Amino acid sequence: MSNGTFDGYGGRHVPEPLLEPLEQLAGAYDDIATDDEFQTDLRGLLEAFAGRPTPLYHASNLSERYDAEIYLKREDLLHGGAHKINNALGQALLAKRAGRDRLIAETGAGQHGTATAMVGALLDLETEIYMGKKDVERQEMNVFRMRLMGAEVNEVTRGGEGLADAVDAALEDFAKNVDDTHYLVGSVVGPDPFPRMVRDFQSVIGEEAREQIRERTGELPDAAVACVGGGSNAIGLFHAFREDDVAFYGAEGGGDGADSSKHAAPLANGTDDVIHGMKTRVIDNDVDVHSVSAGLDYPGVGPEHAMFRAVGRCEYQGVTDEEALAAFRELSETEGIIPALESSHAIARAIQLAEDGEHETILVNLSGRGDKDMETAASKFEL
Amino acid sequence: MTPEPTAPAFDSDVEAAIRENHPALITYITAGDPSLEDTKAYVEALDRGGSDLIELGLPFSEPIAEGPTIQGAINRALEAGTTPAGFFDLIDDLETDAPLLVMTYYNMILQFGNSEAPCASNSNSEAPRASNSDAASLRNEPTVGPFVERAAEAGLSGIIVPDLPAEEADPLRTACDEHGIDLVFIVAPTTEGERLDRIMSQVSGFAYVQARLGTTGARANVSTATHESLSRLSDYDVPKAVGFGVSEGDHAAEIIEAGADGVIVGSALVDIIADHGAGGAPAADALESKVRELKRGAVRGGDATTDEEQPEPEHP
Ligand SMILES: Cc1ncc(COP(=O)(O)O)c(C=O)c1O
Repeated sequence: MSNGTFDGYGGRHVPEPLLEPLEQLAGAYDDIATDDEFQTDLRGLLEAFAGRPTPLYHASNLSERYDAEIYLKREDLLHGGAHKINNALGQALLAKRAGRDRLIAETGAGQHGTATAMVGALLDLETEIYMGKKDVERQEMNVFRMRLMGAEVNEVTRGGEGLADAVDAALEDFAKNVDDTHYLVGSVVGPDPFPRMVRDFQSVIGEEAREQIRERTGELPDAAVACVGGGSNAIGLFHAFREDDVAFYGAEGGGDGADSSKHAAPLANGTDDVIHGMKTRVIDNDVDVHSVSAGLDYPGVGPEHAMFRAVGRCEYQGVTDEEALAAFRELSETEGIIPALESSHAIARAIQLAEDGEHETILVNLSGRGDKDMETAASKFEL
Repeated sequence: MTPEPTAPAFDSDVEAAIRENHPALITYITAGDPSLEDTKAYVEALDRGGSDLIELGLPFSEPIAEGPTIQGAINRALEAGTTPAGFFDLIDDLETDAPLLVMTYYNMILQFGNSEAPCASNSNSEAPRASNSDAASLRNEPTVGPFVERAAEAGLSGIIVPDLPAEEADPLRTACDEHGIDLVFIVAPTTEGERLDRIMSQVSGFAYVQARLGTTGARANVSTATHESLSRLSDYDVPKAVGFGVSEGDHAAEIIEAGADGVIVGSALVDIIADHGAGGAPAADALESKVRELKRGAVRGGDATTDEEQPEPEHP
């Protein structure tokens, strides 16, 4: 791997004016993020502000039902309700140290926007969030949270009014304001250095989980499962187990089904292509990007996942809207834990794996909590 | 030391159009805005008005370099159902004095290769089992060849790809050389040193000099960054055209006076198209007269340069 590519995926496919700012950011990341003071500050905030370490929970009811040992990494218990804060804290600290006074971010489910609004308030940085109109409507609670913490939320009405369009709008803002603005990218996507930087900030998930599960069971899990939107919670979980004999499973937004024309599963069903500054896997042109969960509703995916797929390190599969909703309900009823719709895809995949019976111990990243999805749930389940 | 641009292995229509019509006017509109039939009439109007080169945007749904004006045009074109196939049919039909270039994103070029490739779609949802598989067989490498071949067949003279960095451009450069098509690169105010050298070793036709940071869009003033960018480029022997922010004849004059070989106008023309909504003859007439104004401005700037006997950019 060199110059920000993952075996040919990734890179910096951006217009010329953005190359210089990206080079500066990469330089700042390499210099600042490795110094002790930065690491101490970050660790302190991850503990005291965000609530790390998060518990590893043995889901005993679910385990019993499916005759497997299912462990949940409880990122849903973090401040804000999702893993997004791990990355937001890291990048915001970096931006502050690099002398930026303004943060911008895209958001789909509103979790990353919320995390950015939190760190913007914490570090006294002006914060502006781009969010597709479709998502503003289905994740309204998060819009209120962001505004309450002082962030400006811009409703994006172009294109399909979703996450991809929010990324476009944020990139456009970044291109105009590179001098004072840091674009706090919310997943392992975009041009280098974002995919590796966000991965590094999210790797704390797997590092903790690896220690915790060994302490608990004396060994490593047989499988690790995570949902994949851009892929940050998945890479965050997988990274610490890369060299281990642990099978990886990524659950993409399968929408109406990976063979249908409405899904968000570029790894299971897409082609090599370039989008948002990176070479990666993208859904086909004749597919409409769709997932019931706003956080997975994205046509591309992080380039490191494209590499994992190419070399066969991880198996990716679309989990349909219906399967995810069923898992959402099932975890709520069996364990008393309401997962985010995104994370419900991982739960659904873990249940399938448990049913297949190939793996005994299954570690699942519960990337976020489902409070934000209550309206969707209320209407789907007629609560 | 400054590496010479590698001379393209063919006679460049694009470079000739700039040198022979110096100072040149280069115009841009988005194909399919509001329809491909309108685009045909508009391109003919741009040609009549005195454009020396015409760039046509092939719309892509995630254009990361464009400001709101051209984003709007791209959205309208996509809503009208503009596809690469339709775009190339239009080019097949067009007969203009000015050579035509296509401006599009790398995704469109790769997707065209994918859809043309014999084993195109990867509808294989059986992903590999962890850690036993043959990497090469899982990769469907898209290629740039089919797009460039079709572009050449349609008679396009050049390609501009804003999101293709020079260091990743070898495959496209090779394909363009094979088919005698120019590959134009954008140079930003922040482009210097090694990156500038790399771009200038890949570029042919002309260097697209971005006058100021940020995205495209008509602006009231011509930035001083023009002068700086041009003086940084003065050692390279390729025509330089300046774009972004030009909306009036006076801007064009200023840019040419600052030493540019050509001026590029996009957003101001797209605005005219947007203002005329459904298209038709009034829009075409308005475009034609705007182009005349801009070309006159450019020529005025050129005359001022000759008066001062200052053919090379020597700005403070
Ligand atoms: C709870 C939760 N999980 C997962 C995701 C998907 O992002 P990623 O694939 O980067 O983890 C999101 C995004 O909004 C989210 O809110």
